[in-house]
Amino acid sequence: MENRTFAVANSPHVHDNSSIQKIMWNVFLALIPATFVSVYAFGFQAARVIAVSTIAAVVFEYIALLFMKRDWRACFDGSAAVTGLLLGLTLPSNISTGIILIGSFVAIIIAKQVFGGLGHNPFNPALTARVFLLIAFPGPLTTWPLPRGLENASKFMGVATTKVADAVTTATPLGAIKQNAVQAMPNININDLVFGLQTPGSIGEISALALLLGGIWLLYKKIITWHIPVAVIASVGFVALITWRIDPKHYADPFFHFFAGGLFIGAFFMATDYVTAPIFSTGKLIYGAGVGLLTIIIRLWGGYPEGISFAILIMNAVTPLLDRWTVPKPFGFQKVRSKS
Amino acid sequence: MSAGKEFTKGFWRENPSLVLLLGMCPTLAVTTSAFNGLGMGMATTVVLIGSNIIISLIAGIIPKKVRIPSYIVVIATLVTMVDMFMAAYAPDLHSALGLFIPLIVVNCIILGRAEAFASKNSVGYAALDGIGMGLGFALTLFILGSIREVLGNGTLTVFKYKEVLLQFVVYHKEAIRPVLVFILAPGAFIALGFLLAFKNYIDGFKKKNA
Repeated sequence: MENRTFAVANSPHVHDNSSIQKIMWNVFLALIPATFVSVYAFGFQAARVIAVSTIAAVVFEYIALLFMKRDWRACFDGSAAVTGLLLGLTLPSNISTGIILIGSFVAIIIAKQVFGGLGHNPFNPALTARVFLLIAFPGPLTTWPLPRGLENASKFMGVATTKVADAVTTATPLGAIKQNAVQAMPNININDLVFGLQTPGSIGEISALALLLGGIWLLYKKIITWHIPVAVIASVGFVALITWRIDPKHYADPFFHFFAGGLFIGAFFMATDYVTAPIFSTGKLIYGAGVGLLTIIIRLWGGYPEGISFAILIMNAVTPLLDRWTVPKPFGFQKVRSKS
Repeated sequence: MSAGKEFTKGFWRENPSLVLLLGMCPTLAVTTSAFNGLGMGMATTVVLIGSNIIISLIAGIIPKKVRIPSYIVVIATLVTMVDMFMAAYAPDLHSALGLFIPLIVVNCIILGRAEAFASKNSVGYAALDGIGMGLGFALTLFILGSIREVLGNGTLTVFKYKEVLLQFVVYHKEAIRPVLVFILAPGAFIALGFLLAFKNYIDGFKKKNA
């Protein structure tokens, strides 16, 4: 090659100096506000869950790479760490360490490396692991401790709790709405959902504001485009608005659906995963709308209180089709007319 | 090929579930416990032996164009017999396997062996092929059922007939939480995938060292 005067390289010819590491560490950075809020809200337990899931994910990645005789240094490219962190953020804070380890194993080994590693997995690894755990351990995965433990217990549940228990668990706002919408509706405080310090839920989903901050950072850094998050949130809001206007007694308003549950973490961090989301803008919009619609359908009429993880996984399966269907027309492209 | 090889090929080299990937429907659906897998495997074995023998005998007189419907008639007859026998003598197993017993009729293994082997070979070889393939299938289902039952329920049911129950408690549900998903459908796919990968890994290892 070196004797040639003009070496012709493959496209792309323009590089913006980005790399897997840079992108992944930016995502990591964007998740830090949400992580801090959750550690503040749930205390040491949340830190434990996040640390175990992140470290275990990297270790499993290392083992898998060794086993498949690949370059083991790839386990430090940040993708496994982000997967582990995202998994940790979707779990309740009082979950046992064994379950977290199983989750990290499923995420890295079954959902990612079995399919060929980074870039080849059809489904988002963190969400696959979360759904696996939800089906495998339905009990522990749906027990939600209250943030700040007992301090808020009396406030939230309206009963006086003295120091008799280590933690108080209760239903998430979405769970409460699912059980009895009419009764739960007046107790919901949107401010709590936005700041997340007093609502029960997964470690990472409680503070919509912190997640939004991370999402804006990703948008600013051009790690993600606006298409998927906007489409997800808009379609959820659209259906929620219609149902709320028809029957405000039984259906919560759109703002509740925005800030409750995992909509923000899903829309900004999970659905936008490069590997499992469509490439082209039109495809991203369709994909995002599909995620949003499925989420709100599961939330309002499905068997589970929260549906974003299922919605994203279902739309992951549709991604290859969307990529084929929405290839943009090159400039000046004309359809060849058939002679008739 | 020697008679011994016709018998043993079903266990490893041409294992119906792990190499030919036939009969996936019962493989995935009924292996919620080791004994259910074994029962399904044995029922299939009986039908497979019978159909292989009969089809090998009548292959010469069936017109080529209607051979598949003819095979189906033979297989369906045998399956109906097995179904009724099980309902009479092993009602528990019969209700556990449910719909999947009549579905043996459309099990690809049986039709596949009839078309690919029994119709072209003599009765003795066809019978050996049926026994080997059937037992290989039963063994695979038993192993898959064991993995799923141990992981998903913490027990290992080896035998269950009326009052006789041979069941091992591998770990207590109170001490270690079983991974419920392995009893459910996704667990079947995951366990089968790992079983397949494990078999291919051993095959690759053998090939390298041979």
